[in-house]
Amino acid sequence: MKISREDVLRVAELAYLDLSEAELEMYRTQIDEILEYIGKLNELDTADVEPMAQVLTTDQEADATLREDLIVPCAVAEDVLKHAPDPEPPYFKVPKVIER
Amino acid sequence: MGRSVLRPYRVNRAMQTSWTIDGVRKALAAKKISARELAADFYKRIEARNPELNAFLALSPERARRQTDRIDALVAAGKPLPPLAGVPVAVKDVISTRGIKTTCGSKILQNYVPPYDASAVERLEAAGAVILGKTNCDEFAMGSSNENSAYGQVKNPLAPDRVPGGSSGGSAAVVAAGLAVASLGTDTGGSIRQPGSFCGIPAMMGSYGRVSRYGLIAFASSLDRIGPLATNVKDVAAILQVIAGRDPQDSTSTTAPVPNYRAELGKPVKGLRLGIPKEYFGQGMEAGVRKKIEAGIEVFKKLGCKLVEIRMPHTDYAIATYYIIATAEASSNLARYDGVRYGLRVDDDSLLAMYRKTRGAGFGEEVKRRIVLGTYVLSAGYYDAYYLKGQKVRALIAQDFRDAFMKVDAILTPTSPVPPFKLGERTDDPLQMYLADIYTVTGSLAGVPGISVPCGKIEGKLAVGLQIFGAAFGESRVLQLAYAFEQAGGGAV
Repeated sequence: MKISREDVLRVAELAYLDLSEAELEMYRTQIDEILEYIGKLNELDTADVEPMAQVLTTDQEADATLREDLIVPCAVAEDVLKHAPDPEPPYFKVPKVIER
Repeated sequence: MGRSVLRPYRVNRAMQTSWTIDGVRKALAAKKISARELAADFYKRIEARNPELNAFLALSPERARRQTDRIDALVAAGKPLPPLAGVPVAVKDVISTRGIKTTCGSKILQNYVPPYDASAVERLEAAGAVILGKTNCDEFAMGSSNENSAYGQVKNPLAPDRVPGGSSGGSAAVVAAGLAVASLGTDTGGSIRQPGSFCGIPAMMGSYGRVSRYGLIAFASSLDRIGPLATNVKDVAAILQVIAGRDPQDSTSTTAPVPNYRAELGKPVKGLRLGIPKEYFGQGMEAGVRKKIEAGIEVFKKLGCKLVEIRMPHTDYAIATYYIIATAEASSNLARYDGVRYGLRVDDDSLLAMYRKTRGAGFGEEVKRRIVLGTYVLSAGYYDAYYLKGQKVRALIAQDFRDAFMKVDAILTPTSPVPPFKLGERTDDPLQMYLADIYTVTGSLAGVPGISVPCGKIEGKLAVGLQIFGAAFGESRVLQLAYAFEQAGGGAV
């Protein structure tokens, strides 16, 4: 077994994700199977391989020079707040933050 | 005799149901139709057909009307028409559209109305296209059948008991059903190419960095690409032409010049070297698909291309690699849905409980599965074993492609190992669903361009797609081959 019920609970906690009992068990079983499959990567010796952290190679890269630091109009605040679940312009409102 | 009193409105006899970009342009310029009439006719057909297909999630008739008025004014004034003037298009619901609800097929964004347009949408409209509405998709583009949408499954217009493919299932279905002339989809592991294949239309992703991702709601940022679906290769090229190119709003969009794709289309393909990778023709491909693909390859042979057997030794590791990288990036990208600034909120007195409940209730089954897996492969103690390992194998897969393109001009493969499957047939086994992405995820990981072109139908019903990969930024070559194939009757092998 690659992943335990406690692992799934820990990960759900890290991801701030409420899972039902049924979901917990279903994901544990399915992800266990997926991780088992992913294990096939260990057939490959990658000790000397550089990880691919960027897709574009240096010669394909976009213009790396920084743009000018200009102030541009961006009057979207009203629009943005209008669609917030609980707005109190100019703020977003959230439940009271209590120490964890 | 004469005008029937039973006909309540004028029927424009120039109206037809099958349009191309050139056809629209000619009809507009000759004043046979107006852009407004054309859009109205598409909306009429959408109204008739969409309840059954469920391919559109939202329509934007007001925005379309403003655009058709602009186009009709240009025609009236005898001014030059922009390249996509009056062309009715649809946009996948993971791409932001100002003032039009954009849900990503998710409950967590059920009421989200973006305050800005994606660059690709802005460019389409600037080129004269008329945006009809937003198309259904797998939630946050995660899926291969469009069955993961919170707003119901989409039906394949060619075979209503079958899936349209995914995740851009709605974008493929509307084009195949004649409810839009072209559409935008997004591709992370095959999500443009596979639904294009299942719905019998050409569908393309350009190289990573070719089209700006600004305004594309992120799933996996190192893999996500926006691209066109249309009824023919020439139209795919025309849409790509408009949306490609550097955008200061996306630092991964490149300054590499955009060639004139349409000008490349007619060039002869004789003598081009096409790689047939052995690894893509092994077990797991259905016999019906194999037969069509082999017939498709024959078409290229007749066109005078040279077929070369090649090896891409890391192909078998692509699915495992993809589902590490894609889920890891997704778990990070989807952290933003917290019930604070937009979308769904499930109330609770505590902030952290509000986050947990909102995300638990707002995300669907597949999205949660990927968040759990992605968080796991990134978590302390597992990062090296999974995420770092995945990045290393990704480098090997990209190297396979670079090595291949030293020997050949393009690579031919099937788009999918299976034809469109039945609705509900594969929903219970996520790993089996993932494995069907085998031929498409490789190019996604490598960053190269790829197109799926129609390559016949099994028993005249189930569409098969042939995939053409090109070297990075070799879109012209990919389009040129796809066009030659289409013109040589490849769609009916």
